[in-house]
Amino acid sequence: MAENNSAIATQTGLKRRQSVSYNWSKVFLGAILIAILSLAVMLLNVVNDSFGYAAIEYENDPSIYTMEPLANLDKSQLTALLAGNLSTYRWRTIQQNVVIGQLEVEDLRQMVVDELFKPTVVASYSLTSSVLKRGEVLQEIKSEYPEASVEFYRWLDLDFLTRSMSTAPENSGVRTAILGSLWIILVASLFAIPVGTGAAIYLEEYAHPGKFRKFIQGNIDNLAGVPSIIYGILGLAIFTRVLKPFTSGAVFGLEQSNGRTILSAGLTIGLLLLPVVIIITQEALRTVPNSLRQASYSVGATRWQTIWYHVLPSALPGILTGTILAISRGIGETAPLILVGASSFINKDPTGIFSNFTSLPLQIYYWTQRPQDQFRNTAAAAILVLLIMLLSLNAVAIILRNHFSRQVRA
Amino acid sequence: MSHISQFQAVQSGVDIRRKPRRTESLIHLVLLLCGLVSVVSTFSLVIVLGREAILFFKLPGVTLSGFLTGTTWLPSIGKYGVLPLITATLITTFFAILVALPLGLFAAIYLSEYASAKTRGVLKPMLEILAGIPSVVYGFFALTFMTPLLRIILGNDTVQVYNMLSAGLVMGIMILPLVCSMSEDALYAVPRSLRDAAYGLGATKAETIFHVVLPAALSGIIASVILAISRAIGETMIVAIAAGSGSSFTFNPLKAAETMTGYIARISGGDVAYDTPEYNAIFAIGSLLFIISLILNVISRRVVSHFREVYE
Repeated sequence: MAENNSAIATQTGLKRRQSVSYNWSKVFLGAILIAILSLAVMLLNVVNDSFGYAAIEYENDPSIYTMEPLANLDKSQLTALLAGNLSTYRWRTIQQNVVIGQLEVEDLRQMVVDELFKPTVVASYSLTSSVLKRGEVLQEIKSEYPEASVEFYRWLDLDFLTRSMSTAPENSGVRTAILGSLWIILVASLFAIPVGTGAAIYLEEYAHPGKFRKFIQGNIDNLAGVPSIIYGILGLAIFTRVLKPFTSGAVFGLEQSNGRTILSAGLTIGLLLLPVVIIITQEALRTVPNSLRQASYSVGATRWQTIWYHVLPSALPGILTGTILAISRGIGETAPLILVGASSFINKDPTGIFSNFTSLPLQIYYWTQRPQDQFRNTAAAAILVLLIMLLSLNAVAIILRNHFSRQVRA
Repeated sequence: MSHISQFQAVQSGVDIRRKPRRTESLIHLVLLLCGLVSVVSTFSLVIVLGREAILFFKLPGVTLSGFLTGTTWLPSIGKYGVLPLITATLITTFFAILVALPLGLFAAIYLSEYASAKTRGVLKPMLEILAGIPSVVYGFFALTFMTPLLRIILGNDTVQVYNMLSAGLVMGIMILPLVCSMSEDALYAVPRSLRDAAYGLGATKAETIFHVVLPAALSGIIASVILAISRAIGETMIVAIAAGSGSSFTFNPLKAAETMTGYIARISGGDVAYDTPEYNAIFAIGSLLFIISLILNVISRRVVSHFREVYE
């Protein structure tokens, strides 16, 4: 500080200090820009892997079936092609599932490709290299995979959302995973939201300040800081093992070999969200002015009447927004489900709380563990689906908050 | 209840304040039970972790000192030294804090001392989005972006496909919003009069920040860093995806090594059979993780409550 004091005396010292100060302001701005840049790079990286050129090889050469390009064929020609070349059994199975006459030309064309030509993606390229180094990519495909045809592949499309898991990346989809995620978060919310809200009301409105309240509060604060994988260990030990007859549905007469069900997963995530919901609700309750409670008591309302008719409605926007944010955290949670979930290949849609499950983030994790490059593309596409789900949830939270805060003020 | 009967009750000398209200007491009881669920879940955590960890330490060849000081972790052949997992955890955590502390703190300083309300309104939600992205997405980012980038910069031979540096750096980006928002709260709590006094003495803005505001907010910032460390130690998905599988006792961050959480995730991901050494080991490591994060969280909260008392 001594040199600072002497510096103040001279005009040049002041200029230097001011420029140092100015430079620091750029450093501070730089830090936050780096943070936002990483967000942008992360999103671009995901988009980059979700779209791009792919080299596709056909198990059966299209020229065996037809010399004409498929685009030139009409409905009846395409149908004839299918009927003539598929095995009788396969053709009958298809006819049982869909009415061929009602299909659009595009669908029929797709069916011909899938059923007869049987494509496999042998190499895939990112969006940036597909756009910026188009020539090189096409050249490389030509020299490395002379048999392959080149297609601009959208890994995230409607088929990806409606297909279930598969061992081949190009046939993989996230329908089972999305349904699993929705089931799990439904069970988790049904547990965590009522219990969490109840606990928060108890702590804020009923419990007398003292040792007991401090004890419960300390418990909740500690639980909020426990790493999520520890909840997975708890879920593995309690829900899938100790409570197996219950979580596997055996006590309800269901035949299930294990407790690695949606119920176990939902309760595990529910336990993880519980402290989050409690803390959020407590904060919302604390913003309700005490005068409101006193006014209600003074006209003779009981404690519960005061809470139900006055405190909760005015705390609702805060509770709702916080709860939705907690739910979106629950949807993205992966680590506990690795422990509670069955690692085996799940491609059957969940039908209820006693089904085995996979979830969207879990699916992404498994895909990143696979050796084939193309599973990186499916993982990226699944991440896009997950992020869109979470962002729309957050948007709902913001809209609800604005809606309610207007209503309460009016 | 009608007004007349209430009136009559008062007339007949019955005090309605003393009237038993069954619904009210029932609601009170239900809410109390809700509050106790968290206590139950804490106790079951402790019991589950403790019971299985004791089973682990009863296995032949396992001792507490061997567990804490051994340098080989291979439960399948009876080597139970947890040090390789701990060093890997500490290395990834170190790089995470190396990224998150300066960036998070500087970003917090910008938001609280420089940004206008309008800029804040734009920047803050972006940080919230960053905070809301699931960790599995960060793991994918580490594996498909950070690692290739590091391999381009440092060379394919020096950087392994799975490495701790990449996982640590990306983890730093993940916990940056946490450090930023907690530090910002701490900076925000510093009274305006302190800054005004510094300006009055002729200090520049940067001097005010470094010599007045930061020291005053120090305990809050320290609390945020402790919480960030706890978060980094418990983080699973990034290290499970990008740091590599299979424990190795190395201090080179460019190599693959498994962290404590990474081990739990890998072993349990493979349908582990109950009551095998691997299964029990999960609980022993889980207990260690639980104790470490509990201690860090308690310290962090103590520090925060300490700094709250300063200006109130």
